Amino acid sequence: MAIDTHPSLPEFEYIRPATLSEASEFLANHATEARPFLGGTDVFVRMRDGALAPRFLVDVKHLDGTGDLHFDPRSGLIIGAAVNMNRVIASPDVQAHYPLLAQACRTVASYQLRTRATIVGNLCNASPAGDTIGACLAFDAHLHIHGVSGPREEPLSSFFLGPGRTVLKPGDIVTAIQFPLPPAGCTGVYLKLGRNRLSDLSIVGVTALGGPDAACPSGYRFRLALASVAPVPFVPAAAEAYLAGNALSTETIHQAACLAAEACTPIDDVRGGARYRKQMVRNLSERALLTIWKTLAAQPAA
Amino acid sequence: MVVHSIEVTVNGEPRQIAIPPSMTLLRLLRESLALTGTKNGCAAGECGACTVLLNGEPVNSCMVLAVECDGAQIVTVEGLAQDSRLDPVQQAIIDAGGVQCGFCTPGILISSRALLDRNPEPSEEDIREALVGNLCRCTGYLRIIEAVRLAAQTY
Repeated sequence: MAIDTHPSLPEFEYIRPATLSEASEFLANHATEARPFLGGTDVFVRMRDGALAPRFLVDVKHLDGTGDLHFDPRSGLIIGAAVNMNRVIASPDVQAHYPLLAQACRTVASYQLRTRATIVGNLCNASPAGDTIGACLAFDAHLHIHGVSGPREEPLSSFFLGPGRTVLKPGDIVTAIQFPLPPAGCTGVYLKLGRNRLSDLSIVGVTALGGPDAACPSGYRFRLALASVAPVPFVPAAAEAYLAGNALSTETIHQAACLAAEACTPIDDVRGGARYRKQMVRNLSERALLTIWKTLAAQPAA
Repeated sequence: MVVHSIEVTVNGEPRQIAIPPSMTLLRLLRESLALTGTKNGCAAGECGACTVLLNGEPVNSCMVLAVECDGAQIVTVEGLAQDSRLDPVQQAIIDAGGVQCGFCTPGILISSRALLDRNPEPSEEDIREALVGNLCRCTGYLRIIEAVRLAAQTY
């Protein structure tokens, strides 16, 4: 069998709606044969592989609000759907208030791919391995969605249904992601295990965010999110609760990391085995939490 | 099938071209404009052989639709030299011996030019990170990195 090493994109029609309403209406009216796209970094690859064959590709990059990146010291950060990851990384507001998000973006593919790749696209693609999803979960982000009945907002925590599946309905377009103000004094880290140090898809991705919180018995509140070890990136709630309820120590952190590993349901695939992935979740969670604890301990008390 | 008419400036020259929606920027450059300096490697946004500048920023041209480039400025490896003078990154990759088979070279040159445009004094780590999306099957990375360092000194 001849192998086409340079497959062309299959034929489709390119649609560039003038308004969000027009875009939602078109997508809803062609529910099975139209697909919205941003940078195309996932959609084009899957079209070349034959996994996707939309009759219409609907470009939503130019629509109202999708190009905005704005920080408000009272309400937090909003990143439009069309804002590419290099712009997120270079944003002084992201660097100052959400450095974890910039760090996660920097682990995605390469500079030239990040000229096209977007955070909202990463979310809508709903890959179990999505690198930026953990940071978005850790910051309790929510999504601005435009559908056939107009705009609405939905929390990210209930957005994912399974690999490649979200709560989005035909006609829905995610126009932006909004982050509340980060918890006071928090610090975060994204540890990505890949076959090489940069650019590869993750075998395991551990996102951790922590900061002082007087409402927790331990005095600290941690957020954890795990990628590539379940059908979708998720928050190991038992590990977070353990960290909130027990005085911080190396033993507490070790126990929390074990709880994180127990919460995983990884698969064996080309990038890694399930057993290996669980162990790496434990090790990387422990490392991430220790790193944050050390950083927090070095900060002057608020 | 609908044919789109786009206006695009390639290496400083304005062009008006009729294209089908499924045509990538890479195919537009290589097949419609005969600018074959830009290479087709993986067609999946991984190898970087097709890297060009789109409005000043590097992109994998295999991952951009030509129809999205209406009104855009494109620079390919053919557009780096000015008035028969090589760009510093081109001269440096020759001087450092950074070319082996040459297939990755056009993409490396574009990524390097883009790096120096945004960061005229990159560290070795900056150079490595900027070139992470440009694979060299000859694995001649050390001399490529040396070439970018050399180009930065003559920037």
